[in-house]
Amino acid sequence: MIARPGPGTIVTCALIVATILLGTYGRDIAKELDMRWLVKFPSAWIIPFKTYISGAMKWLVEEAAIGPLSFTDITRGIAWLIEQPYRFVLSLLGDGFTLGRGDDARTLLPPVSWIVVTAAVMALGHYCRDWLLAALVGACFAYLAIFGQWDSAMVTLASVLIAVPIGAGGGLLVGIWAYRHPLGERILSPVLDLMQTIPIFAYLVPILFMFGFGPVSALVATIIYATPPMVRVTILALKSVDPELVDFGRMAGTTKRQLMWRILVPSASHSLMVGVNQVIMLTLNMVIIASMIGAGGLGFDVLAALRRLDIGAGFEAGIAIVVLAIAVDRLSQAFAERMGQIHPPQTDQSWAARHKRTVIVLILLAATWIFGRFSPFILDYPEAQTLTTGVFWNDVVKYLNVNFFDMFEAIKVFFLTYFMLPIKRTLLGIPWLWTIAMLVLLGWRAGGWRLALLCGGLSGLIAITGLWSKAMVTVYLCGASVILATIIGVPLGVLAALNRRAGVAINLLIDTLQTLPSFVYLIPVVMLFRVGDFTAMIAIVLYALAPAVRYAAHGIRNVSGDLIEAGIVSGCTPRQLLRLVRLPLALPEILLGINQTIMLALSMLVITALVGTRDLGQEVYIALTKADTGRGLVAGLAIAFIAIIADRLVNASARGARIRFGLES
Amino acid sequence: MTSTPKLSCRNIWKLYGADAEQFLRRNPDPSDEDIRRSGIIGAVRKASLDIAEGEIFVIMGLSGSGKSTLVRCLSRLIEPTGGEVLFDGTDLLRASDTEMIDIRRHKLGMVFQHFALLPHLSVLQNVMFPLTVQGVPKPQAEVKARDVVELVGLKGREDNYPRELSGGQQQRVGIARSLVTEPDLWFLDEPFSALDPLIRREMQDEFLSLQARLHKTIVFITHDFEEAVRLADRIAIMKDGKIIQVATPEELVVNPASDYVEEFTRHIPRSKVLTAGGLMTAGQSAKGEPILTNARISDVAQRIILSDGPVPVEDRTGRIVGTIDRKAIAHVLFGAGVSE
Repeated sequence: MIARPGPGTIVTCALIVATILLGTYGRDIAKELDMRWLVKFPSAWIIPFKTYISGAMKWLVEEAAIGPLSFTDITRGIAWLIEQPYRFVLSLLGDGFTLGRGDDARTLLPPVSWIVVTAAVMALGHYCRDWLLAALVGACFAYLAIFGQWDSAMVTLASVLIAVPIGAGGGLLVGIWAYRHPLGERILSPVLDLMQTIPIFAYLVPILFMFGFGPVSALVATIIYATPPMVRVTILALKSVDPELVDFGRMAGTTKRQLMWRILVPSASHSLMVGVNQVIMLTLNMVIIASMIGAGGLGFDVLAALRRLDIGAGFEAGIAIVVLAIAVDRLSQAFAERMGQIHPPQTDQSWAARHKRTVIVLILLAATWIFGRFSPFILDYPEAQTLTTGVFWNDVVKYLNVNFFDMFEAIKVFFLTYFMLPIKRTLLGIPWLWTIAMLVLLGWRAGGWRLALLCGGLSGLIAITGLWSKAMVTVYLCGASVILATIIGVPLGVLAALNRRAGVAINLLIDTLQTLPSFVYLIPVVMLFRVGDFTAMIAIVLYALAPAVRYAAHGIRNVSGDLIEAGIVSGCTPRQLLRLVRLPLALPEILLGINQTIMLALSMLVITALVGTRDLGQEVYIALTKADTGRGLVAGLAIAFIAIIADRLVNASARGARIRFGLES
Repeated sequence: MTSTPKLSCRNIWKLYGADAEQFLRRNPDPSDEDIRRSGIIGAVRKASLDIAEGEIFVIMGLSGSGKSTLVRCLSRLIEPTGGEVLFDGTDLLRASDTEMIDIRRHKLGMVFQHFALLPHLSVLQNVMFPLTVQGVPKPQAEVKARDVVELVGLKGREDNYPRELSGGQQQRVGIARSLVTEPDLWFLDEPFSALDPLIRREMQDEFLSLQARLHKTIVFITHDFEEAVRLADRIAIMKDGKIIQVATPEELVVNPASDYVEEFTRHIPRSKVLTAGGLMTAGQSAKGEPILTNARISDVAQRIILSDGPVPVEDRTGRIVGTIDRKAIAHVLFGAGVSE
């Protein structure tokens, strides 16, 4: 069935062709006409936002004050508040409690022995679920000890133990506030949007400026990064509490506080724990990035290894993060589940009989502290007994590089010449005015004049800050990665939805990809393809693949059974069923998945700056190393603008598709 | 009704839409046409009711008729757009938040369609909850709670959790919980709608026997006309946010105010609604054991049919006020109507 193309289609095609032609020949035309400003944004028009912001930041730190209380006093106060519990937990797990400084420091109490920590998490695992979970988390922690990652892992664990309660508790309180005040929610919603789209790196710089280099800065950054989802989950969870329960609470004569803490929060506790789990995962995600501003531990080990391209050490520390993440994630999930179940209290037994696990762990703790004086093995895992796989990984890479160099090189060159470079050249060649005009047109088509205005305004701002060409490199890297991720991810998702066995395998793959901290992707890819755009693209594709698969699978699965049956009854072959019924109806979901993929790709972009890309991510990264607040924020905001434009455009078209199918009015 | 009503409402409006309040202030008695033209949705329109002490008052309507909204206006879970709600002579809509909390704690109780039990509390803790939020000492609250749990027949299940109970048992917990504060006014919002038909019957019977002991003033919401007829002293029928008729079940069957009401009554077995008092030939007298005026025909039909002549009917004071014979019964059971 071939429909005659309407005038709209013809115009669209013409515009696309014109854009590509302009991209290819734009540079030459501009040179010919002697109008370089067509392609390159004239430097005279640039507004130096970054200087303004740096100046404002300097003023804030050096001069701003409310009465006698200077801004720095406030930040110091916050830092002190966060530092105290952190020091305590760190002493407990890693450093031990000491008296005095320097050489005359005397150890009051050594840190908790690795045996006790492992026993404690096993006890927790057994309490939350069963022996199987206890064995899993026990194995994870034993791995950390045996592979010599213990000390770093405890530093990381200490920061997780501090960041998670603050992030989850703070998120809960903010969420409750927003739930109570509808206006609060309306203010908060765009703030959360922005917080989740600005790459973390962008706000590392001001935090560095305010709190200095060190674990506190890292904790602050982690908390800022990990809290927004908790706020959202809280609002959503409270809103979805059965309205009858709220009615009941009011009819029972509860005060507002009683209604919140005795009815709403307990009833929503299950969903709230999902939010806590999110906070934990995001905190672990931040481990490596936070080490750029002073968090020690495993993240620092990975980063240091990456900087000296010591693949083995980096890989090992990276795996240790994954192991820690798996242990903490499974524990928190099991804990959430246990919270959801109800266990009759046993009141007729003594405290010790009811808390057998606690008693055992406490006895172990006392025993290790006493016997630790005589045998250091009990306190610290003996170094001579640690295993390392670092050498092995280095050898593997060496072997692959020696024997398969040509093949890897061929793949790389092929992708670069036929896929990446053409996109890059075209994007950089299109006159900036034309690009803005096209964005406005797209916005108008997808969501009316409001969206058109937003697209035009944000892209105009990027141009004015003088970051246009870097932004285009960002779009190119992101675009190429998203195209690749979509080409790989959507079919995988469709397959996962249609075939149960494939679904299980694909789910496992995606789960694994999502648990890995973003940096870990870089290591093996750098090992094989060395630094450069291609490496960056592979890392981004791996990182951003998950939502494309998930949403596609979800969309296909959710097509209403009636429609499938209608298709079968009409005599569709399975292939026709997929092409004519399933795929079109799953399109809105698939689009949302691609949207998520774009967001993840943009957030990975800054990390890939480590392997030498030349985009906005690099700009942010440079700003970080130079502690240049203005530069970092402007580049970070530019990335956020790209993210917002992409997000709104894709969402508007997804909505359009849903309306067309009558799934939404 | 001669005594002053326990609860009454005057001209209750609940309008949804932008500026609904101003709309009503500008035009205190808008017609359906006015409402439609201004794009406002009228959930409750000019509802007025008087509910007497100790009465089971049923508000009956199909889904979307505004019955749930109306009862929430009466209990002020929803703020009405206009009107007044008089409870024991005081206007609930003018009560402050703290006054309202106090009234709800001591004088109102409510049972919900989907039970609204707190999943994280045991049966006993659920029942104790209204007392706990009042700050009643725990031992005292527990004694009271155990009493009502026993009253609704759940003794022995105190330590179970809601999800371990069947629907009927869960609603018993809901009923116990709403009674633990000994409220004067008892709202039941479709309490049995989520239950299976057999359980529903059983619960209705128990509800009636409970009321026979407690004598609460009850506002009962249902969409089931049969249930309404079975339980009600009086019924208000709602449609599109308006109350179209308030009457006893018998009056509704005999004199439906509109075709809409008649449609409901058509499938109700008349013998279960009509009473001897309504069918008797007044002023006459006969021999034999008299029947009470408020006896339902279905309960006395056999006796009347088996007796040879007319059977005397007596009122509550024991005075013979009329007679009833086979022919009248035959009309009810087999004929099209009662009039001839």
